[in-house]
Amino acid sequence: MSLMAHDHTGFIPSLRRIYALVLRHTYLLRSSGPRILELMYWPTVQMILWGFITMFLINHSSWIAQASGVLLSAVLLWDVLFRGQLGVSLVFMEEMWSRNLGHLFVSPLRPFELGCALLTMSLIRTLIGVGGAALIAIPLFHFSIFDLGLPLLAFFVNLLVMGWSIGLLVSGVVLRYGLGAESFAWIAIFAVQPISGVYYPIATLPEWLQYIAAILPSSHVFEGMRAVLFDHVFRGDLLLHAALLNVVFLTAGFLSFLRFFKIARVRGQLLHVGE
Amino acid sequence: MSPPVVSVSRVSKHFDSVMAVDDISFDVRSQSTTALLGGNGAGKTTTLSMLLGLLLPTSGSISIFDTDMLRDRYRVLPRVNFSSPYVDLPRRLTVRENLTVYARLYGIIDIAGRLKALGEDLQIGRFFNRPYGQLSAGEKTRVVLAKALLNEPELMLLDEPTASLDPDTADYVRGMLEAYRKRTGTTILLASHNMSEVERLCDDVIMLRTGKVVDRGTPAQLLTRYGRQNMEEVFIDIARERKLDRVLGDQQVVKK
Repeated sequence: MSLMAHDHTGFIPSLRRIYALVLRHTYLLRSSGPRILELMYWPTVQMILWGFITMFLINHSSWIAQASGVLLSAVLLWDVLFRGQLGVSLVFMEEMWSRNLGHLFVSPLRPFELGCALLTMSLIRTLIGVGGAALIAIPLFHFSIFDLGLPLLAFFVNLLVMGWSIGLLVSGVVLRYGLGAESFAWIAIFAVQPISGVYYPIATLPEWLQYIAAILPSSHVFEGMRAVLFDHVFRGDLLLHAALLNVVFLTAGFLSFLRFFKIARVRGQLLHVGE
Repeated sequence: MSPPVVSVSRVSKHFDSVMAVDDISFDVRSQSTTALLGGNGAGKTTTLSMLLGLLLPTSGSISIFDTDMLRDRYRVLPRVNFSSPYVDLPRRLTVRENLTVYARLYGIIDIAGRLKALGEDLQIGRFFNRPYGQLSAGEKTRVVLAKALLNEPELMLLDEPTASLDPDTADYVRGMLEAYRKRTGTTILLASHNMSEVERLCDDVIMLRTGKVVDRGTPAQLLTRYGRQNMEEVFIDIARERKLDRVLGDQQVVKK
């Protein structure tokens, strides 16, 4: 009897390999309580900070008073984007830190499958991190982001996909330039924060920056979030814009990752990973 | 006669201005154990990396199991495995977790049975539940070897398989490789600095120097050709380019 499943090129074995890598990182995650706490730490700290700011501003700002959950929603949704990106980048760097890439890439694992495993782990990490903070906000500030209803799911998915796209790009950059570039993983996302309109309407930005904001899925999501909270309407047009832009972003993220992977094979960086 | 398992044709690799491998060609026969020998920087690891597809050659072609590795490496990789001191396994995962992940990547059907068999063969069962990072160098080597044997590869590429091991553990690993090849008929291509290992395990030796193949033969042929008592002396002769006149006069020398 054969030792291995026969078909190594079809779709089902591909899912098996993705699962194998997800399993590898789940082993890592479940073996370390501090890792899980760390996932929840920053989203929770941010949520608490902005929760108190909100409590203060409710009495001092008519804009906040109209929708008391706007800042907390923004904080939690921003963390979906941030954790989504970080989830991809950190899980990939985990393979580099453990000098495991050489073994992975002489196995039948394809780079695309590695990418899919990174996205799955990012989803798990984001749900733990942001989900935990969202649950703590309920007793602490009597605020539930789940009150956003189904639009929350649309916001979550779009921000997560944008985070994945940037995470794939960052992973490619770190593969290409070595672990010396790992700080890029922590700072890259903040380049888009000011123009995403996380805490203020896009109309606040100078006109020329509004054009740049229009090509970011995140800016449409946060505008959509404010429409739900202030006007109690779900803007399907904003969601459609965000989704279409995300198709472009995710495709670009994967292509850039695969391109950097090819460069790494030319330069011999899969075997000699380091600074 | 069966086609060679590995066929390397006019392969070169340069990194910017550094020529790491310079127009090398060689075949590896089925069921043989072939050594790639050479000093530091001779091009052994670079060659193995190109065979595995971790590194793309600048020019030339590589075929394994009659399949073009530059185009169809994923058809070949399930039949191949490797180990190298330059790569590691995740240190926080236990031995069992590490091997389970790789068993799934290779599509092993009966994972528990395969791990049990490897645990017994390599005597690693007793530390299956320990984190890989807590093992001694010798234990780690055996775990990496277990990973390299998971899919019962038809071709094993081993980069310095006994580097940094004490003599007892190194002897154990060599014995294991000998027994495995005898049992399965696998083909082994290994890079090594250890000449006694080469004499014991290998029936074919490819000598590299500064990225070129400079000689080739069985250990016995090389000993005769260089008039030496052991492979270590042959290695030093070639590494220091001694007896070059005699070498160049020999018909069996691969001239580049």
